[in-house]
Amino acid sequence: MNSVHDMGGMHGMGPIEWEKNEPVFHASWEGRAFALSLAMGLWRKWTLDGLRHQIERIPAADYLRMFYYEKWVAALVELMVTAGLASRNELESGVPALGSPKLNPPLTAEKVPEMISKGAPASRNLPATPRFQPGQRVRARNINPIGHTRLPRYARGKLGTIHLDHGVFVFPDTNAHLLGEHPQRVYSVRFAARELWGDQASPRDAVYIDMWDEYLEAA
Amino acid sequence: MDEISGHPDSDHDHKHQAVPSDLALRVKALESLLVEKGLVDPAALDALIDTYQHKVGPGNGARVVARAWVDPAYRERLLTHADAAIAELGYGGMQGEHMVVVENTPKVHNLVVCTLCSCYPWAVLGLPPVWYKSAPYRSRAVIDPRGVLREFGLELAEDVEVRVWDSTADLRYLVLPERPAGTERLSEAELAGLVSRDAMVGVGKVMLAEKGAAA
Repeated sequence: MNSVHDMGGMHGMGPIEWEKNEPVFHASWEGRAFALSLAMGLWRKWTLDGLRHQIERIPAADYLRMFYYEKWVAALVELMVTAGLASRNELESGVPALGSPKLNPPLTAEKVPEMISKGAPASRNLPATPRFQPGQRVRARNINPIGHTRLPRYARGKLGTIHLDHGVFVFPDTNAHLLGEHPQRVYSVRFAARELWGDQASPRDAVYIDMWDEYLEAA
Repeated sequence: MDEISGHPDSDHDHKHQAVPSDLALRVKALESLLVEKGLVDPAALDALIDTYQHKVGPGNGARVVARAWVDPAYRERLLTHADAAIAELGYGGMQGEHMVVVENTPKVHNLVVCTLCSCYPWAVLGLPPVWYKSAPYRSRAVIDPRGVLREFGLELAEDVEVRVWDSTADLRYLVLPERPAGTERLSEAELAGLVSRDAMVGVGKVMLAEKGAAA
């Protein structure tokens, strides 16, 4: 979707605020929000792509105003309601519905080290014939889906060169919506800065973007 | 070890410190509800927070960089098979499952961003700082990387090629900074102590701190 989260190339966002000795979390609620989101993901009712999409769906003005982990919480609440893990009534009252069973959390403290050390690889060991080879010229497709995509607006329609073939990965555009993994090749594509931004950019510079096969066409 | 000495913004107050109190209360109420419903285990939340506050952070990446500086064979493995090379030092896993290491040279400078959200190599750098996740950095890193670097106090010569890595897929990027001159006698651990988070994102260089200078 073409919302404000897709902000590569925008002006007007102000200066970068670098903080000395920045803590990992600025307040305890940030850590709790972070951990709640990770722990609830273990119910496997949504995907990480789906969580990203839910954050993108926050209205643009709110997206720019909200704290980072505030957005995580807002997305988590919507995902839980959609998945039926909690109701709006429960979330508003803070009390479980009468007669609702007490469940067993999928993530316990003992399982945390393994969860972190294993991660959740998005690569898939499946055959998929590469459509493109390193050095080949490609064009990023001009798509404007209303749903989730990881093809940034600033690259759409632009010419690039295949730099590397990373192998086969889950496709976020479908996986976010629980419409299947549709594993496909991901390529690192080099775009000359001037192709993206015109003559104001340095003739030497480039932006590399990792792109799923479906984002590309031969040029 | 994350500081750039003399950064122009180093002393100002941050608006994110002014958190509305109802937000903290809302998160507390949400956790209570989810615990009561048996959806989350509060001890698991503690363990997750403790991991990223105390165990997984930029020190991991710094040790990877230092090893690459002292061991040319390791550097080669790191640049060609990053996941395996990083696993040699015991790192990897969540948000570091598919790593790519890009090397700075006198003629090439690499910069990492995620314009679409906040993708970051947690396994080697920990959780990202606020500026990395913020609109100013995400919007401008791709269109004006030299201007962004200037804001971080880094002025690059015209003949240096800037490569921006927009990590919008599942690959996570770590910059292998240049080893500063004058560090030939330092041990691997001492070298790791010089490597800042910012240098591994590509918004800084590794500097040999002046004697007596503040960290």
